[in-house]
Amino acid sequence: MALNKPYLDIPGTVIFDSDMARQGYWVNQFCMSLMRAENRKRFLQDEATYLDDWPMKAEQRKGVLERDYNTLLSLGGNVYYLAKLFSTDGQSFQYAAALMTGMTEEDYREMMIKGGRSPEGNMYKKEQ
Amino acid sequence: MARITAGVATSHVPLIGVAVDQGKTEEPYFKPIFEGYKYSKEWIKENKPDVVFLIYNDHATAFDNNFVPTFAIGCSEEYQPADEGFGRRPVPVVKGHGRMAAHIAQSVIEDGFDLTIVNNIPVDHGLTVPLSAMFGQPEEWPCLVIPFLVNVVLYPAPTGKRCYLIGKAIRQAIEKFDEDLNVQIWGTGGMSHQLQGPRAGLINREFDEAFLDKIVNDPETLAEWPQIKYLREAGSEGIELVMWLIMRGALNDDVLLKHRFYHVPASNTALGHLILENK
Repeated sequence: MALNKPYLDIPGTVIFDSDMARQGYWVNQFCMSLMRAENRKRFLQDEATYLDDWPMKAEQRKGVLERDYNTLLSLGGNVYYLAKLFSTDGQSFQYAAALMTGMTEEDYREMMIKGGRSPEGNMYKKEQ
Repeated sequence: MARITAGVATSHVPLIGVAVDQGKTEEPYFKPIFEGYKYSKEWIKENKPDVVFLIYNDHATAFDNNFVPTFAIGCSEEYQPADEGFGRRPVPVVKGHGRMAAHIAQSVIEDGFDLTIVNNIPVDHGLTVPLSAMFGQPEEWPCLVIPFLVNVVLYPAPTGKRCYLIGKAIRQAIEKFDEDLNVQIWGTGGMSHQLQGPRAGLINREFDEAFLDKIVNDPETLAEWPQIKYLREAGSEGIELVMWLIMRGALNDDVLLKHRFYHVPASNTALGHLILENK
């Protein structure tokens, strides 16, 4: 019998469960390699060549090259791993969060200062 | 014998560490955050622990996707602050208590909770930010620290109930340890936040306030909250809050609430902080 995954109906959210982790393994391990300064340098010098060493799927590779974080999440990337990638670009968590929501960084920051995104209407896909 | 005197709960938002390290705590954005720790800094001077048993989660720092232990305990004498991609935080090396940690590991596993033992791990902001929030910028940390790591990144995180019960096993282990030590249990992480996807920025004050009420006075009911409630109502990263239940499980049923603080925002996160003394 299939597992119950009630979190699939949370809008705008990918839960990084064990099956997603399996799919995203190489994306996340690639991101982890960017913890080392010499790897960050090598990656930024020639991203495509660097990625040849990581056996990820074509759409994952495209997601990395395009910094398409929502797509990477849907393909098994996890935000704490992806953070190594946007940190390599010199970007903050707030920048990446704003990007994923489709807001400008300024609007996102303003939303946070005003108390954040309301849970009202944001807990079930059917409410959207 | 070692005795548990108090519990401290606090968020471990990286930005708090940045503010301390860069001397920004008086800036308008940060001032209200650090106001919330003013009492705590005085309190901990009066109630200095010998050992802090510090519950936190690794954020893809010590563990990558090759190994994902649900519960792990650090049995080493020393832990280096991690370089999380922008250089190591300028904070002291963390000193452990290996003999006590090994004692706790054995006792808790014999009690039926299967811990993973780890030694040479770098400790990330999850561990060092709470130390900075409580102690500021000392030359050396004024106590030993036993790191206790919980997987809350790769779902499923352990249930709140499991965390609460493991807290009780940890308490029994600590109270059997043969050194006369004042031990505090710190639970870190949370409160509501979501760092990913189109729903990033979610904050749920109502959820957080209810959690703060219940963890003090009704932890048994709180321990029954299912994982989906955290994910749906407190955000995908809000599930870090289950770690506070380990702390609560290790305290007496009745505790004295010494301090409660809540503030939005700290970066992308609702910040919560409690000090509880054993009655």
